[in-house]
Amino acid sequence: MTQAERQQWDVVVVGAGGAGLRAAIEAREQGARTAVICKSLFGKAHTVMAEGGIAASMGNANAGDNWKVHFRDTMRGGKFLNQWRMAELHAREAPDRVWELETWGALFDRTKDGRISQRNFGGHEYPRLAHVGDRTGLELIRTLQQKIVALQQEDFRTFGDYEARLKVFQECTVTRVLKDDDGRVGGTFAYERESGRFFVLEAPAVVLATGGIGKSFKVTSNSWEYTGDGHALALLAGARLVNMEFVQFHPTGMVWPPSVKGILVTESVRGDGGVLRNSEGERFMFDYVPDVFKDKYAESEEEGDRWYEDPDNNRRPPELLPRDEVARAINSEVKAGRGSPHGGVFLDVSTRMPAETIRRRLPSMYHQFKELADVDITAEAMEVGPTCHYVMGGVAVESDTAEAIGVPGLFAAGEVAGGMHGSNRLGGNSLSDLLVFGRRAGLYAARYASGLADRPQVTDARVHAAAAEALRPFSGETADGTGARPENPYALHQELQQTMNDLVGIIRREEEMRRALRNLAELRLRARGAGVEGHRQFNPGWHLALDLRNMLLVSECVARAALERTESRGGHTREDRPAMERAWRRVNLLCRIADPESPEGQIALERTTTDPIRADLLSLFDKEELVKYLAEEELYE
Amino acid sequence: MTSYDASFRVWRGDTDGGGLKDFSVEVNEGEVVLDIIHRLQATQAPDLAVRWNCKAGKCGSCSAEINGRPRLMCMTRMSVFSREEVVTVTPLRAFPVVRDLVTDVSFNYEKAREVPSFVPPPGVAPGDYRMQQIDVERPQEFRKCIECFLCQDTCHVVRDHEENKPAFAGPRFLMRIAELDMHPLDAAEEAGLDRKRTAQEDHGLGYCNITKCCTEVCPEQIKITDNALIPLKERAVDRKYDPLVWLGDKITRRRS
Amino acid sequence: MATGTDRPPPGTDDTAAARRGRGGVHGPARATIAASHLRTDRWWLAPAATAAGLLAFVVYSTWRAFANGDYYAAPYVSPFYSPCLAENCAPMRGGPNWELFGSWWGLSPALLILIFPLGFRLTCYYYRKAYYRGFWASPPACAVAEPHGKYTGETRFPLILQNIHRYFFYAALPVAGILTYDTVLTFRDASYAWGHMGLGTLVFLVNIVLIWAYTLSCHSCRHIVGGRLKHFSRHPVRYRLWGWVGRLNARHMQLAWASLLSVALADFYVYLLAVGAFDDPRFF
Repeated sequence: MTQAERQQWDVVVVGAGGAGLRAAIEAREQGARTAVICKSLFGKAHTVMAEGGIAASMGNANAGDNWKVHFRDTMRGGKFLNQWRMAELHAREAPDRVWELETWGALFDRTKDGRISQRNFGGHEYPRLAHVGDRTGLELIRTLQQKIVALQQEDFRTFGDYEARLKVFQECTVTRVLKDDDGRVGGTFAYERESGRFFVLEAPAVVLATGGIGKSFKVTSNSWEYTGDGHALALLAGARLVNMEFVQFHPTGMVWPPSVKGILVTESVRGDGGVLRNSEGERFMFDYVPDVFKDKYAESEEEGDRWYEDPDNNRRPPELLPRDEVARAINSEVKAGRGSPHGGVFLDVSTRMPAETIRRRLPSMYHQFKELADVDITAEAMEVGPTCHYVMGGVAVESDTAEAIGVPGLFAAGEVAGGMHGSNRLGGNSLSDLLVFGRRAGLYAARYASGLADRPQVTDARVHAAAAEALRPFSGETADGTGARPENPYALHQELQQTMNDLVGIIRREEEMRRALRNLAELRLRARGAGVEGHRQFNPGWHLALDLRNMLLVSECVARAALERTESRGGHTREDRPAMERAWRRVNLLCRIADPESPEGQIALERTTTDPIRADLLSLFDKEELVKYLAEEELYE
Repeated sequence: MTSYDASFRVWRGDTDGGGLKDFSVEVNEGEVVLDIIHRLQATQAPDLAVRWNCKAGKCGSCSAEINGRPRLMCMTRMSVFSREEVVTVTPLRAFPVVRDLVTDVSFNYEKAREVPSFVPPPGVAPGDYRMQQIDVERPQEFRKCIECFLCQDTCHVVRDHEENKPAFAGPRFLMRIAELDMHPLDAAEEAGLDRKRTAQEDHGLGYCNITKCCTEVCPEQIKITDNALIPLKERAVDRKYDPLVWLGDKITRRRS
Repeated sequence: MATGTDRPPPGTDDTAAARRGRGGVHGPARATIAASHLRTDRWWLAPAATAAGLLAFVVYSTWRAFANGDYYAAPYVSPFYSPCLAENCAPMRGGPNWELFGSWWGLSPALLILIFPLGFRLTCYYYRKAYYRGFWASPPACAVAEPHGKYTGETRFPLILQNIHRYFFYAALPVAGILTYDTVLTFRDASYAWGHMGLGTLVFLVNIVLIWAYTLSCHSCRHIVGGRLKHFSRHPVRYRLWGWVGRLNARHMQLAWASLLSVALADFYVYLLAVGAFDDPRFF
């Protein structure tokens, strides 16, 4: 086996989406030599798909907004399961992170007085989302990408080399976080997708910013990259994943045609006035306002409609409930036989706004439906249904530093990190999460790296082991060792997606989850025999075979944690346990690798409890509201 | 509509050569070319190399040439072809090929680095940026760009003349210069950087002969030629060829 | 890595191949495809039609410009001969006779004035596209390889002169003004009495509207009225003007063809009257 090339860096960032790039910028500005590794081309990260906006309580559209209100909304949206310290930091720092983007060249839509315009979104009390039409994620990525280029130009002027202190390794996949003999992070093992060449980036600090896990589900808004790489890398490096049972199904994904099923229809369609109707033409969301939200939402269509113009004296329409509520409502309507022809419900803006306004405010939605479904949204309603969108669970991290608990030198930010969003994420809180915790991860990673007395050493043995693992699909080892025809990774992937979609999907039942776990165990054995043809050069079959390991690990975490949590809350809905249990609120389910060889499963669960919410933060809520969430003893404390 | 078998010709090969290979592959209602390429991967050619990400026309990864026209595979619906038609898919032909439908697009990343970045206005704190909507709308159009590089691929200046690559930034990055020059708060000029002049002198604006292929292929429908390149040419004229404007500038600057 | 931003090793670029004459899409690093394009649509139709249209106009206008006759039939003066700047012009009562050039000019007076509209259209951003594609095949159509071994675009003489489009725009304004004046004069009858109208008046009206629309939809005009500003918000009037010109500008191509046709028709109409092919139908 050829020796994998080794390079030395201070901080390695895995992933070049919003969190990864923000982390890289921060680490580089702190003086750390920083490498970014990403599976796609630079600037193509899944963040570009984010449409609605960045939630930050700048108070430009409504002066009543401030970080405390934002914190409150976030906690409510997450059903109080959030790591409250993360929610606090997020709410406090988001405005600065947005303003900073402007100094790097971002061009947000403006208010009349020239400030950043902010729009309404589900679960946010005030108009809070800084946005650029419906392509905010693209603006975010482009701004960060261009800031990286600016820093590289700076280095070019100083050192004559653009990549002296900040380099992007594009189209490379990390398969292992490498550690030294003391259990400290020592770098990453990766391969170049184009050539299949292996290389090691040695660094004392590694930031995971790999996004989510949606590709384990059949209907998803996520791209092929979302195979839970960072989740799996962290697990394999000894970190814990927290609350993986919470998976957000975005209520409005496209349902037709089949090839685009799952692609997102932005929430701004509803924020700007779009309404949901069933096949009987009824605005059914009024029937689905849960008790905890009863006094916050309009009771009649008239009141809801007035709210768009006069939000101070009216309550918002229930179409703008948090995503989990809307997704469940759509699911129930379809089940009750009141769905649209292709198994969704109708989302209508055509009767709510003039065509010109729709094209101006929702240009990419107009475009998307026109091009992909041949539907003119200015003239007819869209058909939408729930789609797997986001995982709230993720690497368990220290709230302030984003360092993975239990693995010195490992950091995680963005979707791959858990805790911030509790059981359900509010729209718009994702982009701000990327920026706030991306920056923190970069900052503390750089500090950690510069504070070490000695660099961790990665032995050749560990590198060889990683290389052998990565090459296994070419030998096509079969489950029974008989050398039968190797498994097709594409077929395995489809079975995995079907299992997760059907058995651990939006509505869960104990028996189905048990079946899912049995399926996953079987798939895992078969995946060891996944074989590929051809060579290592840009071989998608090989890449998928390697990604399967990650998807299977993460899927098992989701299924196991979902089975364990015997209540319904946010992104975890159990038909057999429909109520939210106050006792479960403080309980965090942590997944860790138990025994990678065990036939029953490789994941073990642990329980921890969240620290009590700090008194000043608790006092932001009414007593009556807290009663709905907090256990008796917490209230008296 | 039922499913049918379509004839596909897909370029397969690498830097050492290759050619068009024929496939017969199932097509279902509502599918796009990228779906068919994926079906080929899953059923007939597991090692067929292709770049893609979002599958919704937002990331600009799956650029290729379909029946000779630069397009995004995810936004090319199969219904635009007749059932008998042979659909030919090749990699972008302006860039070096890597494997199958994947090309080496590093040209674009090099050019991106050569464009001087946004210069923040000195003395304006974050949070104090004030811009009017009508002022940001022009550069915002250019920021819709998803960097699919179809315009770079179709532009004959570099597609047909490899030797022009060092001197010519291509439509995408000339548009980036226009974007920065129209940014209401960009302070390049105060910092001594004349973007209009450098567009012509350093980035090859003069190579553009405004034949509009960039605009024709843009999947984001950005009016690259009319709104970015021609205005940029006119701005360069202001600087270099128009004494009247030059004189006017002198006078108004003195006054203000 | 090749998809990254590392420089490729020397010798792998295409410049050597270009020198050998097999450059562009047939360069050694590009995907090996024998065909210089794979387009299956009728891509040649647009450049061929453009070339044919432009050629027809060039032939017609050359004949008429050198004819030096049949360009005045009271009260109509052919737009090719207006203003008429030499002594050898046909006398046009109240018409655009300004003998700036005196008697030494012996050629057709059309040549003196046609320079300006010709230059305006020749350097026009739309016509450039049209003839680069139609006549020069540079490129013939998108993603269709062009037949030239070398290309420098508008970086050198003579094509760098395309940058003076703006001066022709400035010149096109008074020309359009004079044609407007000519159109006003068509509200006379053959004996110069005001308050009359004929079919020719309509032809001239349509022509002058199209000429103005084409002239004002010019990209240089769009730039001058407002495009050059960085802050529209500080110049609301110019912003509005820019918006109007922009809307016209989006139709620049259509206006270019329509006005080309209408100016030729106006001239041909005058020609037919002048040779007595028929009498101008009078409305009142």
